[in-house]
Amino acid sequence: MNQHEPNDWKKYIIVLFITSSIFISGLWLSNYLSNKKIDQLKSIESSISLDLMSSEVQFALLEELSCKDVSTTVLSSELNSLADKISYSENNIGIENVDVISLKKYYSLLEIKDYLLMKKITERCGQKSIFILYFYKNDNCDECTKQGYVLTDLRQNYPNLRVYSFDYNLDNSAIRAMRSIYKVPDNLPAIVINGKVYSGFKTVEEIEETFPQLESIKVEEVTKPKTSTTNTIKNIINKVDTVVN
Amino acid sequence: MAKNRGYVRLLYHILFFLKLLIVLKNMDNMLYYMLVMEPVYTAIFYVFSFISVYVQIFFLMTYLEKKRHIVHHPENLELLNYPTVTVAVPCYNEEATIDKTVKSLLALDYPKDKIKIFLIDDGSRDNTWNIISGFDNGENILAFKKENGGKHTALNLALEKSTAEFFGCLDSDSLVHPQALKRILSYFQNDPKTMAVAPSIIVYNPKNILQYAQNVEYDMSVYTKKMLGFMGGIHVTPGPFSIFRKKVFDDLGPYHKAHNTEDQEIALRMQENGYKIDHCPDAYVYTNTPDSVMKLYRQRIRWIYGFIKNLVDYRRLLFKKEYGTVALFTLPSGIVSIIGVIFLSVNIVANIVRFLYHKIIQIQTVGLDSVLSFNYKFDWFFVSTKAVLFLAIILYILVIISVMIGRKMAEGKSGFTFSIFYFIIIYSVVAPFWMMRAIYNAIISKESSWTFERRITK
Repeated sequence: MNQHEPNDWKKYIIVLFITSSIFISGLWLSNYLSNKKIDQLKSIESSISLDLMSSEVQFALLEELSCKDVSTTVLSSELNSLADKISYSENNIGIENVDVISLKKYYSLLEIKDYLLMKKITERCGQKSIFILYFYKNDNCDECTKQGYVLTDLRQNYPNLRVYSFDYNLDNSAIRAMRSIYKVPDNLPAIVINGKVYSGFKTVEEIEETFPQLESIKVEEVTKPKTSTTNTIKNIINKVDTVVN
Repeated sequence: MAKNRGYVRLLYHILFFLKLLIVLKNMDNMLYYMLVMEPVYTAIFYVFSFISVYVQIFFLMTYLEKKRHIVHHPENLELLNYPTVTVAVPCYNEEATIDKTVKSLLALDYPKDKIKIFLIDDGSRDNTWNIISGFDNGENILAFKKENGGKHTALNLALEKSTAEFFGCLDSDSLVHPQALKRILSYFQNDPKTMAVAPSIIVYNPKNILQYAQNVEYDMSVYTKKMLGFMGGIHVTPGPFSIFRKKVFDDLGPYHKAHNTEDQEIALRMQENGYKIDHCPDAYVYTNTPDSVMKLYRQRIRWIYGFIKNLVDYRRLLFKKEYGTVALFTLPSGIVSIIGVIFLSVNIVANIVRFLYHKIIQIQTVGLDSVLSFNYKFDWFFVSTKAVLFLAIILYILVIISVMIGRKMAEGKSGFTFSIFYFIIIYSVVAPFWMMRAIYNAIISKESSWTFERRITK
């Protein structure tokens, strides 16, 4: 029998080494960019936190201001886009990732703070605002996905509608408190509208029928320009300036 | 002094170990992502893409190493001597193409008294016999007619009748370049250990997108085949114009049926016996390729089916180092490519289905209007940073590099061609089907015969 050329083991090893380096670089790059994203989320959260604090200061100053000076669309757009990014990160970086979970918890706290503040402003100034608290869970809940679509759709039609979403299973004492205050059942999805709990999936029409008030904020929105966070901060600074002077 | 050096070395080792620990600690985070995200899928994907990148780098390294050894023969190449050659052309219902095929053989730049052409009609039911018997001159062109028995029987008939030093076959749907034979024979003259030489197969006159896509594939295989040639790992001596020393058949016996891929089987049999197979990149053979997806599908089912069946027959070779590259590299990477393509496509299909499912639910829930009115704003944040994506990009870049090197070797053209996209898109969609079908057929042992395929394609 003829002999084969001897195997070039050195080459097999060198190629293995090169391939491994390429692989590790790929993994490293992915890891690096994911960390960048998490940093970006953290900075968004801290800026929202700052905005919230500003709003609280603004609210504290309310007594010295008239209600018409107070902006009511402070944070919703920022919070919503943050929500999109966090839910994307859950898929892209990992639902169990420690950083993602902590970002989500912080986000939930920001939502609660925003909700409480807006509720106070609404009560104090007698505005027609509707708040929806939405409880969902991530796994095994097709109805939750559907409910998510419904709420996104409603939010597009009624930009003044405030939807706060909470992961029912998120391990956080504030969320647990919300759950027990509103007596949210574990039959998800569940929505709390102006203090009342509705469990199970609700269509757009059902929500619209239950809350004819929605119509009024829809009309309001057409005439009212949107206010961005930066504008709000400027407003606050202006107002504080006026008060001080 | 020596003692001090010992301490220094120890310290060095400790530092290295610490450094390694730090690297591993960071890796931990990385591995965490790997393990948590859809672990099984991700793990499989990593294994396949690792092996695929490995294979491509292996080729690339061989190319960089051996680039200078790729011979470009001059137009007026002269051989030291001109040995006798028999070229067998087995035909079954080839009235449309046989004329051109024979004429290309007659136009070979080779002494006429040294070459014999055997035209074997394997029981055709069309006008093939009349055409080939017209070429029979009783001297160097002989036509034979036999009962239909499959391509290998036609070739074995030619082998029995051949007395020449070299034996080759030319499929009746292919044409040879006038210099092809001389160029191939120069390899035998330069290395007495070379027992067979495969040519470069090029798509003849591509007309539609599918044929341009195949052109890219054939170009790429000119490159990979040459690299396998350098490494001694060629596993197919293709039907169109591979030339053998007659000794191969005298020693190892005639062609086998080999699940209708006798050109794979003979190469594996040669590899098993340590017979060297080389590849001549500038021996061009132009072959007619399937012009419809269905025909391509049938052709590939036969190829992959043959690969699987021959692999099973020759499984004793796998991973045995004494059989060289074919056992350690070529056959394993063939297996990985089949499973990898299927796995990847199943995954892509699953993703598409999942996406559509969610879209349908969304439309059902809130209506088509609101789904369409959703205004999407581009944000870098939503560009995926999954490692899987980077690895896929690296793999595609390596494939494109292979195509470009192959194109340069096969057609002398450099630069990028859009056909690469035809290739990537068409093959990603269709290849999984023929691979799955071939595996299915292999399991139930359903053969797609040469004659059956021809009946369909004609």
